[in-house]
Amino acid sequence: MRRPAETRTAVFFLLPAFAVIFLFHVIPAFYAWYISFFKFDNLSPMIFTGLSNYARLLKDEMFWKSLFNTFYFAAGTIPLSIIISVFIAVLLNQKIRGLSFFRTAYFLPVITSMNAVAMVWLWIFQPDIGLLNYILGFFGVSRINWLMDPVWAMPAVIMVSVWKNIGYNIIIFLVGLQTIPGEYYEAAQLDGAGDMQTFKHVTWPLLMPTVFFVTLISLINSFHTFTQIYMLTPDGGPLKSTSVIVFYLYENAFKNFDMGYASAISFVVFLITFVLTVLQNKFWGSKIHYGN
Amino acid sequence: MRLKRVLTYTVLILGAIIMLLPFYWMVSTSFKAPQEVLSMPPKWFPSALNFNNYIDAMKSAPFGMFFFNSVLVAIFNTVLQIVTAALAGYAFARLDFKFKNAFFLFFLGTMMIPMEVILVPNYMLLKYLGMHNTYLALIIPWAASVFGIFLVRQFVLSLPKELFESAEIDGCTHWQILWKIVFPSAKPVFISVGIFSLIGSWNSFLWPLIMTDSESMRTIPVGLAYFSAEFSTRYHLMMAAAVLSILPIILIYFFAQKQFVEGIATSGIKN
Repeated sequence: MRRPAETRTAVFFLLPAFAVIFLFHVIPAFYAWYISFFKFDNLSPMIFTGLSNYARLLKDEMFWKSLFNTFYFAAGTIPLSIIISVFIAVLLNQKIRGLSFFRTAYFLPVITSMNAVAMVWLWIFQPDIGLLNYILGFFGVSRINWLMDPVWAMPAVIMVSVWKNIGYNIIIFLVGLQTIPGEYYEAAQLDGAGDMQTFKHVTWPLLMPTVFFVTLISLINSFHTFTQIYMLTPDGGPLKSTSVIVFYLYENAFKNFDMGYASAISFVVFLITFVLTVLQNKFWGSKIHYGN
Repeated sequence: MRLKRVLTYTVLILGAIIMLLPFYWMVSTSFKAPQEVLSMPPKWFPSALNFNNYIDAMKSAPFGMFFFNSVLVAIFNTVLQIVTAALAGYAFARLDFKFKNAFFLFFLGTMMIPMEVILVPNYMLLKYLGMHNTYLALIIPWAASVFGIFLVRQFVLSLPKELFESAEIDGCTHWQILWKIVFPSAKPVFISVGIFSLIGSWNSFLWPLIMTDSESMRTIPVGLAYFSAEFSTRYHLMMAAAVLSILPIILIYFFAQKQFVEGIATSGIKN
């Protein structure tokens, strides 16, 4: 039942979105692949270098360090964030007085710009007069050099990232919790299950799809992390301990103007996030329970 | 179980304190005199409300300009993304045309393209087109949101077919159906799309960092980054600048709290 006028309408309706996406997303993506085989700085003529950018990547210690940093970042932020936000979401899912206040409190870090909050964290992490070391001092913890210490810089970045994002995950988990039918909880109660058992056998399994979703999104986002690195450790951290992959890409493209090489790096990012998405789907897909 | 209630509230309040403390610290420091900031142990309350910190911060960098830029770009991005999503989403849901599924898959596929991959090519393209360091560079490439298209399509698909059939019998064009029938009842969806676009655009950093050069084109995040680098130890100024930049979005949040949360919630579910 296809009417020719509909095709005309469809073209008109789709054109704006299509034009923008095609011109500024699709073509550049292909072009990025193309230029990864060249050496250039956007000023002098491009020199074809074949696969040498990729060969260089394999030998580049800093590239591998950046990848490691990114995985370290992901491993530090994701489990911690999920555990805390599930816990808080479960607590908030009861009849709580002042729900609106709590929601605002947990959500404020989410909506405020990372650039702004990073500035206060820079101040909080200050080793001599900053708030964190002062508070830790009460617990007997000696002065930590945080953003200038190769061991503690990444944990500091992780701390800020988890703090910033928890509210978002809490909202997602709250919605997930609310999709669990009350009958399951009632049944568990009738069976005499305590809180921990109810969580383990009812809540957690039924929350799995949401956990899977949050893990996947968080993992992919780890490979896009940049702003907090740039604000907290503008040089990539002491001994480059916080230089995650996008930061390394940025340095190569816009500090060293080594754009062909940066494109090669960006392609590796593309590949990794693509593979991660596929793997995640396969692995977690088999573990999702839908009511026992 | 009273113990359970006490524990619940204790944990929640402790968590809320951890979430809010940096904000309190930001505001508190922004009102302190420079020497007060450096005092050890840290003072929880400023001795006086030094508003000059804010005046000095605003004198040291054109925050008014940064704010204007951020607002302009955010508004255009949001409106354009909503409009393109409405048009394309409706088309995918209600129109019939050749290669419809292929096009839809094509759009979905583009969601997998990370921004980092297209950063350098767009830098080259926008320089070549003479759009670099203009508002166009911040707006045009982000004038469409595939995620928005997806949400609108879902919504339109969920509407009863009779609604459209009776409108078509009455001789309405698709354009009229979209804006006179779908749009009014699709408000939550559009707000969802809008909130996402707004927050995304407002907090965007790497893109405007690369696509602008001059101070007058900077958005708030970029302006803050330069400010932070320049005034790195003058914490009273840094905090004033930070407070200035988060105030607008906090105000919007307080007025549109419900929509914010609903927006995140609806878009977070990809069942």
